[in-house]
Amino acid sequence: MATSSEASAAIRASLAVGLAVSAYGISFGALSVASGLDIWQTCVLSLFMFSGGSQFALIGVIAGAGAVPPVAVGTAAITSAALLGVRNSLYSMRMGSIIGGPWWRKALAAHWTIDETTAVSTAQPTLHGQRVGFWVTGAVIYLGWNLTTLLGALLGDLVGDVRQYGLDAAAAAAFLGLVWPRLRARQPIAVAVGAAVVAAVLIPWAPSGVPVLAAAVVAVVVGLTNWLGRSKA
Amino acid sequence: MSVWNIVLLGSVIVLALKLVGYLVPPSLLERPTPARVANLLTVALLSALVVVQTIGQQQAIVIDARVPAVIVAAALLALRVPFILVITAAAATAALLRFLGWME
Repeated sequence: MATSSEASAAIRASLAVGLAVSAYGISFGALSVASGLDIWQTCVLSLFMFSGGSQFALIGVIAGAGAVPPVAVGTAAITSAALLGVRNSLYSMRMGSIIGGPWWRKALAAHWTIDETTAVSTAQPTLHGQRVGFWVTGAVIYLGWNLTTLLGALLGDLVGDVRQYGLDAAAAAAFLGLVWPRLRARQPIAVAVGAAVVAAVLIPWAPSGVPVLAAAVVAVVVGLTNWLGRSKA
Repeated sequence: MSVWNIVLLGSVIVLALKLVGYLVPPSLLERPTPARVANLLTVALLSALVVVQTIGQQQAIVIDARVPAVIVAAALLALRVPFILVITAAAATAALLRFLGWME
């Protein structure tokens, strides 16, 4: 049977991706505590939101806003997290046909439908490999990400001002690392530059969080008009 | 708005977004415009977050050790260095510059 070799190839990919991403949970935990969240709030984000980009966006926007952030900051934080979570909807549309089975299985799969599980799953050549890839990657990352989040939050709490360890720069580098692989064509590069300029110009004039949301308008305009698009589609 | 409200509301919305896709007919994904807007939205948000995290401090632009750290990160990403090493190198760059007292 070819089934076992398909499965083991999927498992190898799952472990490689899962372990690398899990290590990165340490910086989320530490940064979250540095941004003013407590350990419980940090862990709840990793347990229930469970989507790296959205989690970093949420803590990034409320960073330094104090124990009771203004409503504008809170709204911007939630909206940023939601906008970054929209791509998970696209992934789950894609995964719907692969997961199959009863509704409760899809509901569980939904919670684990993120960049990495979708990437590993859709890279496998057979349906069996795709299913194994999804569930193993999901399990490894869910377990790993939550454990390292807790570890990072505990360490971050103990060590005091994380700026001396450069963790604020690590957050910027993390976002850069997440956007980097997407900058392969003229259109996304133009959107990235436009969004960066809009955000930079607005920083001194608008409340925290607004520069990031305003930058999203660049994507909507370019996306709807398909400016610099590769094909007429 | 308390931090707990933000954390819980944000989590519910992000989780709901993941569930929604399993209810939507897959044909929507094949339409180019929604797929393109969603992709570009991710690029725009992440790139704005890079800028805000690198030069923003509340409502002011501050040039400090984060800037050289992000330049180091960009160089390493261009060299295809693994993600976790890029993050570590960026943190180390900022930490070192601050330790030496060369930058804030």
